[in-house]
Amino acid sequence: MLEVEIKKQLSHFELQATFTVKNEIVVLFGPSGAGKTTILHSIAGITKADQGIIRLHDSVLFHSEQKIAVPIQRRKIGYLFQDYALFPHMTVWKNIAYGMKNETLAKQVIKELTIDHLIAQYPHQISGGEKQRVALARALATEPDLLLLDEPFSALDDKTRLRSHEELLRLHTLWQIPIIMVTHSHEEALKLGNRVLYVEHGTLHTASVPS
Amino acid sequence: MTDIQLSPLWLSFKTAFIATIIVFIVGVFLARIIGRNDFPGKSIVEAVILLPLVLPPTVVGFGLLFLFGKNGPIGQLLMNWFDVQIVFSWYAVIIAAVVVSFPLMYQSAAGAFQQYDANMENAAYTMGASKWKVFWTISFRLAWPGLLAGLVLSFARALGEFGATLMLAGYIPNVTDTIPLAIYFAVESGNMELASFWVIIIVALGFSAILWLNWWSKRNMMRYTAKRSK
Repeated sequence: MLEVEIKKQLSHFELQATFTVKNEIVVLFGPSGAGKTTILHSIAGITKADQGIIRLHDSVLFHSEQKIAVPIQRRKIGYLFQDYALFPHMTVWKNIAYGMKNETLAKQVIKELTIDHLIAQYPHQISGGEKQRVALARALATEPDLLLLDEPFSALDDKTRLRSHEELLRLHTLWQIPIIMVTHSHEEALKLGNRVLYVEHGTLHTASVPS
Repeated sequence: MTDIQLSPLWLSFKTAFIATIIVFIVGVFLARIIGRNDFPGKSIVEAVILLPLVLPPTVVGFGLLFLFGKNGPIGQLLMNWFDVQIVFSWYAVIIAAVVVSFPLMYQSAAGAFQQYDANMENAAYTMGASKWKVFWTISFRLAWPGLLAGLVLSFARALGEFGATLMLAGYIPNVTDTIPLAIYFAVESGNMELASFWVIIIVALGFSAILWLNWWSKRNMMRYTAKRSK
């Protein structure tokens, strides 16, 4: 379980986020510039919150009063960036192998996501949907305790997006880890989130969604 | 032409080579540190680094002479501790070449480290990679085209250095007579044939460096942006 209770001063407002995530998909939904990505960055350790506590399972990742800030590398958090951030100078396989824990598991993930035929290709040689699956495989190959998805479907066409939605739900059932997903799309929030948190001007509002 | 001493060619290459290595290592390191950190006085530090680019070489030479001269702060220190005199030595040629070519390397490196998406590094960190691994496998590799451009430009600039070298190293045949100095003193002594020889050599070198650089950067730009082959 992930517990977040953070505050961070942004240029126009103060971000305040308090929420918990069990083994479920929690969607952060709201307009651009509301602080959604900053929340993900703070959890991953890419930026530092000004105040608060972040706890994942039994380990404290961040505690401002105790001056604890576990470095990004040791947080065991998978992060899928909006533009995927695949390494352009490495093949798909090298991208996935970069941080993998276990080769057998990495190969299994590759099979699950049906990207086995792409492993010798470079990122510029594959389509947007394929890039997204490679980035997801790369994140999962590190065997993360938590998965953060920053607008993972925004660059995809409608058909690929629908397929990716199904895939995410399937993977979640399989992996059973907490997932936080940021999205602009109302439909996506309702479809994929076990819970939806609406973010506006740095403040979180809970919106219940019938599952 | 048979009596032409080739020592300026060898000396110029040797100097430019060593200067470029120093400038490359320090330039990449500084560009990386300064680029990723905000601190008070950052723009002043950057202005000082880039200053030799806009100053007349004689001013740079004057400054170096002040620092490394017999009574200069660094010159005195080196003399007392290591019994080394910088002025009028080959070291002076290297120092002048380093100082004038450094801004070119720094600028290229600073630009090169901003060319790619910083999330690539973040992605590597989230995958558990150490800072050192991320630098070598991601940052350095992605910045390489820009770093190489800086390397070639710095080498060409070091090869062509004249003003500061003359001020700090003087013209001592076989010790500090780089090609640009050899040209100047050949013309001064009326040996136009010798001057033309060196002029042709240095123009050919500079021209090929730029030609190669343009070809290489075009080819490199195509590499990761080529259309999908499927």
